[in-house]
Amino acid sequence: MKRRRFIAQAAGMLALPIATAARAQATLESRLPAVRELTAGAPIRVGRVTLDLPLLSDNGNSVSLHLAVASPMTESDYVRSLHLYAERNPRPNIANFFFSPQSGRAEIASRIRLAGSQRVLAVARMSDGSFWGATADVVVTVSACMDES
Amino acid sequence: MNSRLQVPTTAKRGEPVEIRIAIQHPMETGFRYDAVGHAIPKNVINTLVCRYNGVEVLRAELGSGIAANPYLSFYVVAGDSGELDFRWIDDEGNRGEAHAAISVTA
Repeated sequence: MKRRRFIAQAAGMLALPIATAARAQATLESRLPAVRELTAGAPIRVGRVTLDLPLLSDNGNSVSLHLAVASPMTESDYVRSLHLYAERNPRPNIANFFFSPQSGRAEIASRIRLAGSQRVLAVARMSDGSFWGATADVVVTVSACMDES
Repeated sequence: MNSRLQVPTTAKRGEPVEIRIAIQHPMETGFRYDAVGHAIPKNVINTLVCRYNGVEVLRAELGSGIAANPYLSFYVVAGDSGELDFRWIDDEGNRGEAHAAISVTA
């Protein structure tokens, strides 16, 4: 009986941090004022947004980026806008994209500048007013904005 | 301003098609200096709008975080045959435009 109770308690202790981690991960936080201004206090939930960036980029002057948001893109449910931030860039707000149901797919590919290794954040605003986001960490060997070329 | 626009010449109605555009532009960040040490003023394409038969389908607000010679790929649902019309403007007020025809089959 003792052993059984021990196993049950051990399992409970193991499960607890996993559960709290999952709850903590459900929303995204950013210290950027621009992000707070965008959401006006609303939570940014993790999911629906896919942010594809290389794990390592030799050159921060041009880093290929692919963004996709899972959405049916109908009149009643579509991605209103997609906002991209690089937290350590001198101007963190890289770009904002505004879609319509006619977009069909909320997908964007482009090339961005990164001033050093950092976390990149993408936030989507849905037509129902909810916010969804994704982050990607990129290691940049040679930063943008630093060379004189 | 030179630009390259790639639009499929034919598309099936109701299907999303990929549109790609690349514009020749230095996207000056404002953080660089010229050979004699003067700051080069910021000059980036700040707004790019794509209209499909007159209806706005994508608006992009770009910043200095977009690489030089900005490239953008996105999707639009093929509706009626017609024209895709791109317009953009940079910080110095220079405007550019590009057009492409798209023919939609049933």
